[in-house]
Amino acid sequence: MVVGELCSPAIFSSNGDESMKKKRRGGFIVACVAPAVILFIIFMIIPTIDVFRMSLYKWGGYTANKTFVGLENFKKLSQNPKFYQAFQNSILLIVIVTLVTFCLALIFAAILSREKIKGQNFFRIVFYIPNILSVVVISAIFSAIYDPNQGLLNSFLSLFRGGSDPILWLGKPKLVIYSVAIAMIWQAVGYYMVMYMASMANVPESLYESASLEGAGRLTQFFSITLPLVWTNIRTTLTFFIISTINMSFLMVKAMTNGGPDGASNVFLSYMYQEAYTNSSYGYGMAIGVAVFVFSFALAGILNAVTKRDEIEF
Amino acid sequence: MKKEKQQFGASPKIAKVFIYLILALLAITILVPVAWVFVASIKENSEFYRNPWALPQGFHFQNFVDAWQTASMGDYMLKSVLVTALALFLLVIIALPAAYVLARFRFKSRAIWNTLFMAGLFINVNYIVVPIFLMLNNGDMFLRKATGHPFFLNNIFILALVYAATALPFTVYLLSGYFKSLAKDYEEAAYVDGAGYFYTMVRVIIPMAKPSVVTVILFNFLAFWNEYIISMTLLTKPELKTLPVGLMNLMAAQKSAVQYGQLYAGLVIVMLPTLILYMCVQKKLTQGMTLGGLKG
Repeated sequence: MVVGELCSPAIFSSNGDESMKKKRRGGFIVACVAPAVILFIIFMIIPTIDVFRMSLYKWGGYTANKTFVGLENFKKLSQNPKFYQAFQNSILLIVIVTLVTFCLALIFAAILSREKIKGQNFFRIVFYIPNILSVVVISAIFSAIYDPNQGLLNSFLSLFRGGSDPILWLGKPKLVIYSVAIAMIWQAVGYYMVMYMASMANVPESLYESASLEGAGRLTQFFSITLPLVWTNIRTTLTFFIISTINMSFLMVKAMTNGGPDGASNVFLSYMYQEAYTNSSYGYGMAIGVAVFVFSFALAGILNAVTKRDEIEF
Repeated sequence: MKKEKQQFGASPKIAKVFIYLILALLAITILVPVAWVFVASIKENSEFYRNPWALPQGFHFQNFVDAWQTASMGDYMLKSVLVTALALFLLVIIALPAAYVLARFRFKSRAIWNTLFMAGLFINVNYIVVPIFLMLNNGDMFLRKATGHPFFLNNIFILALVYAATALPFTVYLLSGYFKSLAKDYEEAAYVDGAGYFYTMVRVIIPMAKPSVVTVILFNFLAFWNEYIISMTLLTKPELKTLPVGLMNLMAAQKSAVQYGQLYAGLVIVMLPTLILYMCVQKKLTQGMTLGGLKG
């Protein structure tokens, strides 16, 4: 049977049973969609509903003793200084990582797509490398960099400031969150750069040519052509920054400091994981999850509204 | 306007040098730590107490042997390979038909499933890992009572299934995006020739989707290979670990037993496969990223 061959007028067996055909079509649809839908419902929809449901219970975990407590968990949450610590750290990370990564990614994307650079490909390939590494690997690398005694950073700095009192990059409560931020920026720049490069490639060359003819410098071109035209893409990535910073900060903190020293580097989800597992207070842990979920959506919505501009067609 | 041109055009050389300088700076910040791990992986343990910037004195390959055997990175590697391969296989055979039908067939509940999968894009695994664990744990408790054999936790197959399930929304979204772009003529021609639905899908449509399938496999390979939160939560037995979790253990052990050489050899073992894959397919990967839209 040569399927690709287009053949003459359709000779559908019109005398063939129409309902039989319908049945076969229905069966095919069910057979194709059902496995995906079932898997998706069991491992994603039900657990998501569970998060919300469990947040209303006081539940110690392995025992079946669940008591409905309503919003008690949320009330407890709002009075817990540890939650505020995690909250503060998360906000700090969202702001710092988003701002710095965004600026760096935009600058490097503009350079690599607008300037005539030798080895352009090489730079693009290298900048994307952190994105393919496991967070565990990145954490291990940065642990080696931050190590107080044998670390790369301290031994480099000792050239200037002497090696007598090493800086505890991951050991000082005030410093640790910035150390985590640097690791996160290191990981994310290449990803967003590639994304911005892709949308910059869609800006028609003719716009730049006519701008050059009118004598607009490179910086002017960047601010009056490139930036407005990739704005839609930038807006989408802002939402991504929030969601991925919340998630990535959890992965980093869990592997690098495990919340330490003494909870100083805890973020939203690492605090949740800690409460749910180490303290086995599942209900309370899930209340944290719900709070974070709602918060991230609200923040994304606000940012989306604030950054709204008229879309520019080109 | 003229002023600006002078301001910038007067020193194009300096600007160029500056540009190369910051490009080189970022490239160094990324390459040096990665390269350092490779260098450190062949150092002897005593060398770690000296200047970390010093080059290795010899090629201490024993680190890799230790990591592979003593620290069981070999076993973990095998687990990782199995889980990743199984999860990719499950994902592809489950997501492909679903994406195809959801994109190209009109039926009653279609809108519901499409919306649900779209919503799934926003569900992050980190939120739901606890309920997944509890659900499987409950299942095990029930089985232990009924048959005496727990099944769900510490099961590589279940882990792979969870991986596949959590990757479904993005994969279905990406693949149906491709299927929607195809012309109707392909199926019509096949049906006219008397081909059934299944035959048409497997022989006509899916072969055309090969590039998209490759993209899906690449992205999810990296995601599954590097994943550690689900793996750490669902595989609780010490002998059952995937590479990243094993590496985390090695990191923890290193703090007390000070086995630096082993740790860095372990790091190389974890990242080498992804680096090699990346070097081979970097173009496809960065293109695929823009093709598939955005995914954090």
